[in-house]
Amino acid sequence: MTDQITPELFNHLVQLAALELAADEAEYLRGQLNNQLKAIHELELIPVNPATPIAAHGVPYTARNSQHARPDKWQPYPDPSEILDQAPETDERYIIVPEIPHTDLD
Amino acid sequence: MQKLEYCDLPAHQLVELIKSREISALEVTESALRRIAEVDGRPGTISQESDDPSEAEGVHAFITLTAEAARLRAKDIDRQIAAGDDPGPLAGIPFTVKDIFCVQGTPSTAASRILANFVAPYTATPVQRLLEAGGVMLGKVNLDEFTYGSSNESSAFQPSPRNPWDTSRVPGGSSGGSAAAVAAGEGQLSIGTDTAGSVRQPAAFCGVVGVKPTYGRVSRYGLIAFGSSLDCPGPVARDVTDAALMLQTIAGVDPQDATTAAVPVPNYLSSLGRGVRGLRIGLSPDYFRITFPDPQTGEIQQAPIGEEIESAVLRAAGRLAELGADIVDGVPMPHTRYGIPAYFVISRVEAASNLHRFDGVKYGYRTPGDVADLSEMYRKSRAQGFGLQPKLRILMGMYVSAAQYSEQYYNRALRVRTLIRRDFDQAFDPQGPYRLDALLTPTTPTTAFPMANIYGDSVLMQYADQLTVPANHAGVPGISLPGGLDREGLPIGIQLLGPDYSEDMLFRIGRAYEKVTADAPWRLIRSKVLREVQL
Repeated sequence: MTDQITPELFNHLVQLAALELAADEAEYLRGQLNNQLKAIHELELIPVNPATPIAAHGVPYTARNSQHARPDKWQPYPDPSEILDQAPETDERYIIVPEIPHTDLD
Repeated sequence: MQKLEYCDLPAHQLVELIKSREISALEVTESALRRIAEVDGRPGTISQESDDPSEAEGVHAFITLTAEAARLRAKDIDRQIAAGDDPGPLAGIPFTVKDIFCVQGTPSTAASRILANFVAPYTATPVQRLLEAGGVMLGKVNLDEFTYGSSNESSAFQPSPRNPWDTSRVPGGSSGGSAAAVAAGEGQLSIGTDTAGSVRQPAAFCGVVGVKPTYGRVSRYGLIAFGSSLDCPGPVARDVTDAALMLQTIAGVDPQDATTAAVPVPNYLSSLGRGVRGLRIGLSPDYFRITFPDPQTGEIQQAPIGEEIESAVLRAAGRLAELGADIVDGVPMPHTRYGIPAYFVISRVEAASNLHRFDGVKYGYRTPGDVADLSEMYRKSRAQGFGLQPKLRILMGMYVSAAQYSEQYYNRALRVRTLIRRDFDQAFDPQGPYRLDALLTPTTPTTAFPMANIYGDSVLMQYADQLTVPANHAGVPGISLPGGLDREGLPIGIQLLGPDYSEDMLFRIGRAYEKVTADAPWRLIRSKVLREVQL
């Protein structure tokens, strides 16, 4: 049986995921993805009616158990420097990143 | 005669002793710190693994030990009590925190290189509530990287935790550090998280109590997210009373997490002793069959669960029947076997989405090398910062949610989730044919497996959660209780599952079971690590 996730498709996923992989890592991960898909195909054994609703959560949220939405109110963070201190590179309270690639849109 | 230290006593007993000033919070904390020094060994770090053979004897639950902060906190609790104040229901109780929760001023690593240098600027709600109740935090404990695993072996912080009953075996996961710590006397309580069974499975493997509350019963604010529709913070404790005491503290609505339920939290402790007379407790044949991939072909197969585990559950049912419970056999839960396949899809989509935030820009790891541009910085930072398990989840999540595949995979999995929920709705429906108060099942398909036996086979490892994950899909609460030992002397876990917000019922049944088995020979056997410290 041919692998569902071919090397070409795998490389495309790696690019979309903003990753880069060593050859042995890529081989292992592609193998595991294909193995996992065999388990996922078990889902095809169940007759699922398209009218069956999808469940985003197991527990239904109703008026009985839902919170009221919080007012949309600006609250200053007590110490922004605690957050900025976590950034790998800053300058004058700006977070610094490498050159952002420029793409011309058609 | 066994020598019991304060660190071996349950939290509910210690609180009384501390509040009555028979012992001090500091003595209790020192007792836990001594036990950690005796049994834990080197904490997990991201440096290279050591080849020191003595490491195979340690528990290695911790990543970060905050001993001095714990002593200061314990002294403060003692001062409050001396001044006539009540520090709260957990006054002076040592606890540990799975290192997936943010705690202000402490490293909060998710056991990943990508967050190894991250110091949280705020504290997660469940941890904050434990502290406000008088708890004493001992430190942060290890886990599978970003919680992705069932053995703790995927942690970037090695050595990974080991099982106190047999240190050549895994403690389970992903809350393996939590369960191992509680089992070894390294803190009475630990806060873990359960996305597919990550509290209940390690609790079963380590012979302690683990609770997955109803989804939304406990706030996820400050939890580094895995599967946002599945994640449930929950207690790991020595006994049911301690688990109830802890859930009482952390449960309830939180304005910082809109998914927390606006449902009053009952008094879990007051109903603990009500017994089980007249309660309807179900057994389902679908929880006595296990599913696994064939080692040669990878094809999915089914087989009866191991005889020792089945017997432990049936024995528990028999004891509960003696106490007056009605045992309802043959409850159909036909979609149980599809829990893992659906989880492979839903959890990966949610994980991939949650992991996009780790980009080397705002916090965490950034590649130290030269890069041509931002895109290369993203790729290198994520490649070097993430281990294999996060990468695997990102790739699968992106594949099954891609526009051309999402109906086939993601939407189908979400519909199967509806069917799993309906299994529980039917079992618990008060007007239905079964009218259960709880379902009694095994927690795990096996007892704790040897380290390195399964790690690397991501499919087989995932199937370790097959009996726990349906409750995460359905959102319903569950508890794992110690239910005996197998012939190798390893703990067997039994599980109770109940309707939404029925944790009080699960505690009540669990406590009745604990009382009726208090004199069982297996209850008197201590883990290998505890036997050695008590020689």
